[in-house]
Formats: sequence, C-alpha cells, structure tokens
Amino acid sequence: MSSKKMWTTRVRESTLEKFEPEDLLPDRQPAYVASWIYIFGVATIAAFVMLVISGLILTFEGPAWWHTSSIGHFFNSIHLWSVELFFVFMVVHLWGKFWMAAWRGRRWMTWITGVISFFASIVTGFTGYLIQTNFDSQWIATQAKDSFNSVGIGAYFNALNTGQAMLIHVSLLPLALGGLVVWHVILVRRKGVVPPIEAGGSE
Amino acid sequence: MNLLSIDLNHPAHYLTAGPISVSYGNLVMIGLVIVLFVVALVLPFPSHDDDERS
Amino acid sequence: MSPQLSKHDPAKKWDGPTRKYDLIKEFVIALVVVGLLAISLAALFSSPDEPALTLKSWAIADAPDFVATATGELAGTTVSAGYGAPYNTAAEGQVLGPLKLQKWAGVRIPINPADDFVIAPLAIDNDPAVVSAIATWKAASADQQGKWANAYADALSKAPKATTLPDPTGAFGPVPAIATGLYGLARTGALDGLLAAGDTPLPTNFTKPLLFLADSGTYFPDYAGARHLQGDQWGVMNETGSYPGQSWLWLYSFWYQIDPFKSSGNADVLVMATMTILSLALLFMPFLPILRRVPEWIPIHRIIWRDWYRRKEE
Repeated sequence: MSSKKMWTTRVRESTLEKFEPEDLLPDRQPAYVASWIYIFGVATIAAFVMLVISGLILTFEGPAWWHTSSIGHFFNSIHLWSVELFFVFMVVHLWGKFWMAAWRGRRWMTWITGVISFFASIVTGFTGYLIQTNFDSQWIATQAKDSFNSVGIGAYFNALNTGQAMLIHVSLLPLALGGLVVWHVILVRRKGVVPPIEAGGSE
Repeated sequence: MNLLSIDLNHPAHYLTAGPISVSYGNLVMIGLVIVLFVVALVLPFPSHDDDERS
Repeated sequence: MSPQLSKHDPAKKWDGPTRKYDLIKEFVIALVVVGLLAISLAALFSSPDEPALTLKSWAIADAPDFVATATGELAGTTVSAGYGAPYNTAAEGQVLGPLKLQKWAGVRIPINPADDFVIAPLAIDNDPAVVSAIATWKAASADQQGKWANAYADALSKAPKATTLPDPTGAFGPVPAIATGLYGLARTGALDGLLAAGDTPLPTNFTKPLLFLADSGTYFPDYAGARHLQGDQWGVMNETGSYPGQSWLWLYSFWYQIDPFKSSGNADVLVMATMTILSLALLFMPFLPILRRVPEWIPIHRIIWRDWYRRKEE
C-alpha cells in the first residue's frame, strides 16, 4: 500500500513538477523567433479578452439592453468588431503555423488544441449571432435549424430556442474556449516554439 | 457624436463572378487576413544584436 | 553550415542561441492595440440591428401571404407541417445514404402546426363566428378537415391578393372563418405572445412563432432575399446592411452554391458531412501523409525564418 502513489502525488508530479518557472514565463526565446507572424497568437488572445469584457458588460445589462440604449449599442459594436478582429488574427495565426509545420517535434497536441479552439470559436460566434434578438438572429435561426436537424443535432440543440442558445453562448462556450486556449498556451510553453524546418527533414 | 461615424445600414454591394458572390464587407475582412499574412511575412522584425546569447 | 545549428531535433529542448523576448510586455501591447482598434471600429462603423419581424408585422405588411400560410397550416402543406423530425413524423427528413440521422434523433420537439399555430391560439377569441368555426373544425374528421383546408388554399392561390373569399358552395367549411380569425389576432400582436407563451408564461423559446413565420411563402423569405441572406446567395456568411458577416463560414457557404449540393434535397446533410470530413482533416493534419509535407515543399518557411537560414549559411 505504501509503495502506491497517492492520487494527489500523481497529479502534482504530472502537472506542477513538469514545469520550471522559466518554462512557463520565459524571458528568452530561441533566436529564430524573429518574425511578425509570431504576434498573431497573442493578438487573437487580446481580441478574446476584449470579447469577454464587452460580452460581460452586455450580459450584466441583459439581452435586450442594446436595442434601446446607445451605450448598449456601442458595447454591442465593440463585441461585433472584436469578433471580426478575433477571426482575422486567428486565421493569420493558423496559416502561419501551417506553413511552419508547427506540429513537428511532438507538438501535435498543440496543433489539435488550436484547431479545436478554432471550431469552438465558430460555434461561439454562431450562437452569438443567434441571440441578437433581431431580424438577423431570427433568419439565421430558421436557416440553421435545417442543417442541425439534418444530422439529428437539432433535436438536442434547437436554434429557435433563444434561451438555450443564450445560456450556451455566455456560459459553456466561453469557459470551454478559455480552457482550450489556456491548455494550448501551456503546451506551447511546455514544448517551446517550434524550430525552423531544416533541409532534408521535417520530422 | 456621430460626426466621425460611417453609416453601414444601407444595402450592401457585392462582387459577383459566376457562382461567387461576396459582399464588400466580407471582402474587406478576407482581404485583411491576406494582407496581414503577407505583411507579417515580409516586414522585417526589429532585432538587437545585443539581445542575443548563444 | 555549422553542425550544431543544422541538425536540431525539434522534439528536444532548444539549446541554441536565444534572444530576449518579453512575453508579458507583448501581451499588454497587444491588448492595448487590439482594444483601441475594436473601440475605434465600433465608434466608426457601429453595428447592425434590424428589428425583429413579428407575426403582427407579417399580417399587416403581407396579409394575403399570412392568410394563405395559416390555411396551409390547416391543410398540412407548409414546410413545418411536412417537416419530419424533430417536430413530427410527416416526413423521413434528410438522409445520408443509408443513414437517417434526422429521423433517428426522434420527435423531441413535437409540433402540430394546425393545432399549435392556428387552432389553440384562437381559443381566446370570443367572436361567435370563430367560436363556432373552431367547434365545427374540431368535430370534423381529419379527412374532412383536409378537404376544406385544401379547397380554400386552392381558391386563395387563384386570388393572390385576397385575404378572405366567399364560399357559395360550402366547400371551405369553417376554414375561412378560422383563417380570418387568426389574421385578426395576428394584426393586434396577440398571436406573437400566444405562440411564444404557449408552453410557459415567460418565454425564452421562440420555436413556434419562428417556425410559423418561416412557413411564410413570400414575406419572410423575400425580406431575407432582399438582404442577400438566402442560402443560395451565400447568405450564411452575409450580414444585414453593409456590415461584414461570418466570413469564416465561407467554405460552409460555398457548397450550397454548387452541384451536387445546390440541387439536392439532402443538401444540408451533404454539406454537414463534407465539412465534417474537411474539419477532421484539418484537425489531424500532423498525421496526414501527404498534406503534412506541404509546408516543406512550398518554402514559405524560408521567408518566415529568412534571418535564421541566412546566418546558418554564413
């Protein structure tokens, strides 16, 4: 019994003890990390922070606030333009990482968490469009229901149920996306920035 | 308050070619992705030789 | 080429030259720049907000369409009346080869358009003509109901501007009174509340009023079509006004513009299946034999890491 490790010990050893403080918050990077393409990951996170802040303000005032208040409309506008910037930055980041073949050197999980974050962002953005409570959201809901119904998802996620979309958009999805991004960034820190593709080998 | 604002609440214009039809609004965002990608690649990244250590 | 630079195993921790890189400063600058950018764009361009359409606005703006759709609900000829799962068993739904995913998911959101959209809300109407029409409708067989409703739907389709038609031969039964009664209810705005609050007094679920609105033959689809929001107009990625929309859905939207998707009755499930396969390919790119080599063959990495490669050659 005593030779068996406690659950707590195992979790500590497989998480906290895997990291040196210098790995988590390094103040030096390999010399090849010298391109503007490297800023688009952090730019995406910055847009995400703007989305969470503007989204929280909209949440506190309730879903119909922005139709009647010019301040509410302004925060809705910030939310909209943040999501447009968010996707612009994320796609540039995705293209950059693809052309660097950034999954090399056992970094496949970093790639996969990134792609799942991309998909989760699309779902989050979509549920945001569903809860505008205006004509756009009505139209999108009636159109999207056919796609969801055609594969059976619609029986469980009903695009016409505004309350369901609203709760998912403001609770589950930002948490899931935030968690995925944290995981993704920790993996980047853990594995380090992928080195340049060398002639004759990309493994 | 609205002196500096640009009203986009009017019917959109579309670039249409065969089966393709893209609103100018979407075209600008897609163009921005391509422009940023190219600029990020070619624009020299500031570097200071004294930063480096081997 | 100096040997220690040329063959670094990418899985090993980097032990080559390094440079200062202030991650926290980078993040703070990114936050300030992106924040100012988002606030400036919001101040400059605002955001679209076209008011919601209602059953009231529909009845007022396009009365013949409203009456024809209400009659269609009674006749069982509208989209939602013939939809299938998850609303009813009127159809098989879309299929992907032998996979009947839509049907298999079951009727989890049961909707009977004739009863839910037309007959039930009229229960609050005190007009004796409507009360007696509802009683006659309920007492009749399904077969008789269908004959009345189809006959009236036929007659309305030949008089596209009419909101009510006389019934000299009695072929329409109680249907004209019911359709007119519902039209009256819709014009006051009462029908919007009745359909939304049919299941629970404080509604957050708009399935019924939206399904009814979406059954509209002209009002709702034409309103969207004028704004380039229809599926065959790349509407999935478009937005009201001149604003950019969900342009990241371009590929999803693309399939609806071309065959075999465009003309298929199973377009939605075919597009979903195609996008699922492509999404899995993106997800598992690190393991896909040819695709994962593409970044080696098309040397964009030579531009990204040009300083590094130049140093190695010196």
